[in-house]
Amino acid sequence: MSRVRDYGTNTYPQNGFNHHILSVLVQNRPGVLARVSGLFARRGYNIFSLAVAPAEQEGMSRITIVVDLDSAPLEQITKQLFKLIDVIKISELDPAQSVERELMIATVKANGALRVELQTLTQIFEGKILAVSEDNLTLSIEGHPDKLDDFEELLDSHGIVELQRTGRVALPKLDRSSRLRVAN
Amino acid sequence: MTEQSTDTPAAAPQYVEGERITGAQALIRSLEMEGVDTMFGYPGGCILPAYDPMLDSPIRHVLVRHEQGAGHMAEGYAHVTGRPGVAMVTSGPAATNLVTPLMDAFMDSIPMVAITGQVPTAAIGSDAFQECDTVGITRSCTKHNELVMTSQGLPMAIRQAFHIATTGRPGPTLVDVPKDVLVSEMEWYWPTDEEVLASLPGYRPNMKGHPRMIKEAAKLILDSERPVIYAGGGILKARAAEALARLVELTGIHVVTTLMARGAFPDDHELNLGMPGMHGNATAVTAMQRADLLVALGSRFDDRITGKVDAFAPQAKVIHVDIDPAEQGKVRKPDVPIVGDARLVIEEIIDEIKSLRAAGVTQADTRAWKSKVSGWQEQFPMTYQQSQPGAALKPQYCIEQLRDLAPDKTIVASGVGQHQMFASQYWHFNDPYTWVNSGGLGTMGFSIPAAIGAKAAMPDRTVWAIDGDGCFQMTAQELVTATLEGLPIKVALLNNSYLGMVRQWQEMFYDERYSSVFLDSAALPDFVMMAESMGCAAIRVESPEEVGPAIEKANSINDRPVVVEFRTEAAEGVFPMVPAGASNDDVILHPTQQDRKGGLA
Ligand SMILES: Cc1ncc(C[n+]2csc(CCOP(=O)(O)OP(=O)(O)O)c2C)c(N)n1
Ligand SMILES: [Mg+2]
Repeated sequence: MSRVRDYGTNTYPQNGFNHHILSVLVQNRPGVLARVSGLFARRGYNIFSLAVAPAEQEGMSRITIVVDLDSAPLEQITKQLFKLIDVIKISELDPAQSVERELMIATVKANGALRVELQTLTQIFEGKILAVSEDNLTLSIEGHPDKLDDFEELLDSHGIVELQRTGRVALPKLDRSSRLRVAN
Repeated sequence: MTEQSTDTPAAAPQYVEGERITGAQALIRSLEMEGVDTMFGYPGGCILPAYDPMLDSPIRHVLVRHEQGAGHMAEGYAHVTGRPGVAMVTSGPAATNLVTPLMDAFMDSIPMVAITGQVPTAAIGSDAFQECDTVGITRSCTKHNELVMTSQGLPMAIRQAFHIATTGRPGPTLVDVPKDVLVSEMEWYWPTDEEVLASLPGYRPNMKGHPRMIKEAAKLILDSERPVIYAGGGILKARAAEALARLVELTGIHVVTTLMARGAFPDDHELNLGMPGMHGNATAVTAMQRADLLVALGSRFDDRITGKVDAFAPQAKVIHVDIDPAEQGKVRKPDVPIVGDARLVIEEIIDEIKSLRAAGVTQADTRAWKSKVSGWQEQFPMTYQQSQPGAALKPQYCIEQLRDLAPDKTIVASGVGQHQMFASQYWHFNDPYTWVNSGGLGTMGFSIPAAIGAKAAMPDRTVWAIDGDGCFQMTAQELVTATLEGLPIKVALLNNSYLGMVRQWQEMFYDERYSSVFLDSAALPDFVMMAESMGCAAIRVESPEEVGPAIEKANSINDRPVVVEFRTEAAEGVFPMVPAGASNDDVILHPTQQDRKGGLA
């Protein structure tokens, strides 16, 4: 699969991908994920990535959902999400105004000379080598999802045995004044 | 807590906090505390423990013949009282039998609380006997649902279920209770309002309109030359009929009442244009099309109203009042969106109009528009042709006779099909909460159980179910319930031997190729025998002279249910009609009017 990417922007490599990030604060209760994902499923929308973990407040979780949707259906689905009793807050994060991170671990074929090349590549991308076997390496890399895409593409040419990404998590960028306040 | 005012519920009983009782007792107590006086249900394995304390409770339990009936009865009860209807059934097949009424209540925003038994907590997920994933199955047809895992959690779960069902945009909720949760003991307590709110941090319905939007709405109303109030079911849910009447008196604006809003504004009022939409009358449909302002109050721009959305009311600005923020802009982008309770918002708009007037703002001249509208009304009244002597009855005639002979404030519950549209078109609804129907889901079989639920809530009212021969055969067994429980409803069965509404579509859009729509119900079943076998009085009517006397006889019988079977014309169509997906401009009028359709321009 060959992919062309426009460096320096936040657009995804696939053609026509219209990515939106929803950050949803929910009460951490059984079924909440099913309720949230069900609203997408019943409309035939696919969730591109999903990350869930407990949030800063006790009893709450934050779900980061990345979807490929036009703005109009997204607005409707956001309103429907907000109607869920377990949903406390929803923000749509503008990719240009947020910090996004993702983690990827991958096992790749690595015999002979390849091993050194992969090691260098991992260093360049500030990744880590987690495990080594006779034929394979397991690597991890963290960063902006675009960076992970690039890394994944490079690994692809070496032969990926198995790969897992966490799905992106995101928070709004601090504006200048609040950045300063933290600095003080 | 913001409770919407409804008919007064029963006073809550007093129970001692900390008393050790079973989960089953706590469940029944909780229902009593919520003011439940009647519930509809059917027992079975997992819910069995709850049926024991029921014997000692003042709550009336109506034993149905099919769980779908329990659900629709709960809906009928809620429709006419505004209080949540309660249905209780066991696990597995009983829970799945409730799915249709839950979806029906969800679509029509009916407050309803369903309680389902579930297999013991230890067996959940093991494919135990009569286990099903009730919360999974009903997730998308309830406003909220909850599986309760401890008996101590029951009172809170019930309080939440009632609170959620009745506030904001009402809807059905479901509490799934495993058998061991009913059996094990708990310490009785009753959560306070504050505790309930604190337990639902994500649920805060917005009641009052935004002041700036209210101002804009008031200005727009005074500015418009061709305004129409588009009243929906939300008027009834918000108990806003009286406020609406005041707004109309104040502004002199025409009102259309949707299928869900029949009775929200009196049909006899000269400013009521009646029902719009697919089978709305020509004037109501056209007035919306030509309006320069639509004041949508608790209505949701359903496809049955708008026809082809792009061609709907092209010159109209839209004020959209709805308590559900997700309705704003879902179909039509409003110029003035107002999220809030219809009654409060209408009152705020009234106040604003008054102060604008006091400040010297005058209302635009609507006289030209009004004379145009009355011209349409004169030229295109609802019409049908009387049957020839010896031919089958006209369904419209039967409805007119039922209407004219009905005691004051008669409640009408209808099934789904042609008979439903005739009922809505030809009845004169002059009181709110007298029309009970399945609008959003269009559930055949709704009318008999819904009528029984309404009768249980209002035993002193006459309740007519207007049903079709198809619908009747879906839920008629509940007439046994009606007889044995002393709930003497009346059923007007318009027997046209066909799935008439589907037949009409095949006639009009499939070249009269009739496929699987002939029920042969003049031959089978014998509805009179069937009704009598269920303890009802039954009358068959075949000629116009018999119609009035049969209805009078039915109205005089109050010791058991009555079924009046009217043998009606199979080929009769419902008109006007906007074909699905067509523009409202392309409304098809009654064949006797269609050639003059140019008069609607
Ligand atoms: C449960 C269900 N199944 C199917 C339909 C589709 N449907 C709508 S109207 C109708 C015909 C109803 O027949 P009947 O009760 O005889 O009423 P009529 O139209 O003849 O007055 C059908 C089959 C429906 N609305 N509900
Ligand atoms: Mg029929």
